[in-house]
Amino acid sequence: MTELDKLLAVLDSRGVDRAILADAQTAHMMASAHKLLSRRQVPGLTLTAEEGADGIVADIRVASGIRLAHPLHLCFGVLPAVGRQHIRMHLVLEDDAVLDIVAHCFFPNAERVEHVMDAVVEVGAGAQLTYTEGHYHGPYGGVTVAPKATVRVGKRGLYRSDFSLTTGRVGKLDIDYEVEAAEEAMVELTARVFGHATDAIRIRERLVLAGRAARGLIKTRVALEHDATAEIVGITEGNAEGARGHVDCMEIIKDRAVASAQPLVKVTHPLAKVTHEAAIGSVDHHQMETLMAHGLSPEQAVDLIVGGLLGKGEGKRVVATDSERTVAWKK
Amino acid sequence: MALLEIDRLSFRVPARAVLDGLNLVVAAGEIHALVGTNGTGKSTLAYLIMGCEGYRAESGEIRFDGRSIDTLPLHERARLGITLAWQEPARFEGLSVGDYLRLGQCKMDAEDCLHRVGLAPADYLNRMVDKTLSGGERKRIELASVLALDPRLVILDEPTAGIDLLSIPEIMGVISTFKARGAGVLLITHREEITRMADRASQLCGGRIVCSGDPETVAASYRGRACMRCNGEECHDD
Repeated sequence: MTELDKLLAVLDSRGVDRAILADAQTAHMMASAHKLLSRRQVPGLTLTAEEGADGIVADIRVASGIRLAHPLHLCFGVLPAVGRQHIRMHLVLEDDAVLDIVAHCFFPNAERVEHVMDAVVEVGAGAQLTYTEGHYHGPYGGVTVAPKATVRVGKRGLYRSDFSLTTGRVGKLDIDYEVEAAEEAMVELTARVFGHATDAIRIRERLVLAGRAARGLIKTRVALEHDATAEIVGITEGNAEGARGHVDCMEIIKDRAVASAQPLVKVTHPLAKVTHEAAIGSVDHHQMETLMAHGLSPEQAVDLIVGGLLGKGEGKRVVATDSERTVAWKK
Repeated sequence: MALLEIDRLSFRVPARAVLDGLNLVVAAGEIHALVGTNGTGKSTLAYLIMGCEGYRAESGEIRFDGRSIDTLPLHERARLGITLAWQEPARFEGLSVGDYLRLGQCKMDAEDCLHRVGLAPADYLNRMVDKTLSGGERKRIELASVLALDPRLVILDEPTAGIDLLSIPEIMGVISTFKARGAGVLLITHREEITRMADRASQLCGGRIVCSGDPETVAASYRGRACMRCNGEECHDD
């Protein structure tokens, strides 16, 4: 079985339709460790990538005014138990371009694996970028994931990212994002993580609302159990007239897990406004009892509450018996 | 036939007795209204029947279908067919109204239940049961969710609180539906027109039932007493 076949098989197991990658209208790039397996560019989107011993260097550019109908799929992973993947990505959306990116990251067997992403993202004036990143990890916790991004969003631009690591052991996660929003730009950064055993999670996101009427939201949802730890830092700066920002962090902890949240707000213009909220605690008692009054066991109730916090609500099916889990995700 | 029997139930918090030897019976297919001033223990009684954490009786017994349920945890009581529509329903991030109405032991069609509480399914099934719902919308969805369970005993804690006046008849219609389906309804309310739709009513004061009978009589008793000041002392002398 080739490396590509193995990665496609993992995609299948996660319910991702591999036909997407054969579609001539859909751009994609697949890489296993430092080996490029497949890539396609489409009219309006240029994608160049080089592999080397030190990592993969990729350059993605969407031309001005191009609105891609299909998302760009990025499939990254390290399938063996030991390995390293370092990706340096330069992503540019020229003015008024529109692109959705769906990134699938697989580390199913990781015992000593490192995945590092260094991204520089430029979203032009009036351009819109949505970056949805889903991680699928194995049960061993031997992976370090370190995504680092510097993002600049131009006038009236939109940048929306949604990072999700809720399947398998997290291992060690160290997110570091810096985003700057120009006049009337909008930014939304969402992260959802479920930590188990001795997983260690660190998320630092800094959003600078530099332009007039720039708007931004940092939203973090973390659930922890066993001895997992999380340290969340959400920084929002409002530096211009009419800038509006909000930091919203919620963490649920069980067992011996430890969580901290630091929503930091800084305002340097009298007509800017930044707010924050952070809540850390065990599963809400009233929510539990409400669900149990519907006949759910305590375990089912916790599953549903945590699943709702980390998920998006779509695709859920609720079942009635203890033997099935309360929430089953449609494949 | 008695569905719920509460026998000499007492419950204390450190400073005082909240319920003091309370007796109450609710029959299957009966709407039983429970009235009383704020803080007399109506919601406390609801939590004791439901088996909520921190609510264990000091003495007395709660029987459902002739069987003591005092040692059963909350979800086991729910699985017997007992449920509670909370006065302040919880909100859930990431849980859609459609999923909420299909939770656990649900038996009735979610869309039908939404219709009955006056909400259009097309507008609500995919909305989240979170803070984007108004208080009144959340109350209606809670009522729809307990209707979906088709319970044998339903405790409705202030079901019309936060509901606009024009929609009260719809809520009353839902309460009648529980009765029509053979369920016992313990209806905690402050509204006289809601009390009047009950088959029987009881007035709670000072931790005991001080008046019980037809709703008009109990409503008149409630109006005529000085419960806000008496804390049971005057009522218990009757």
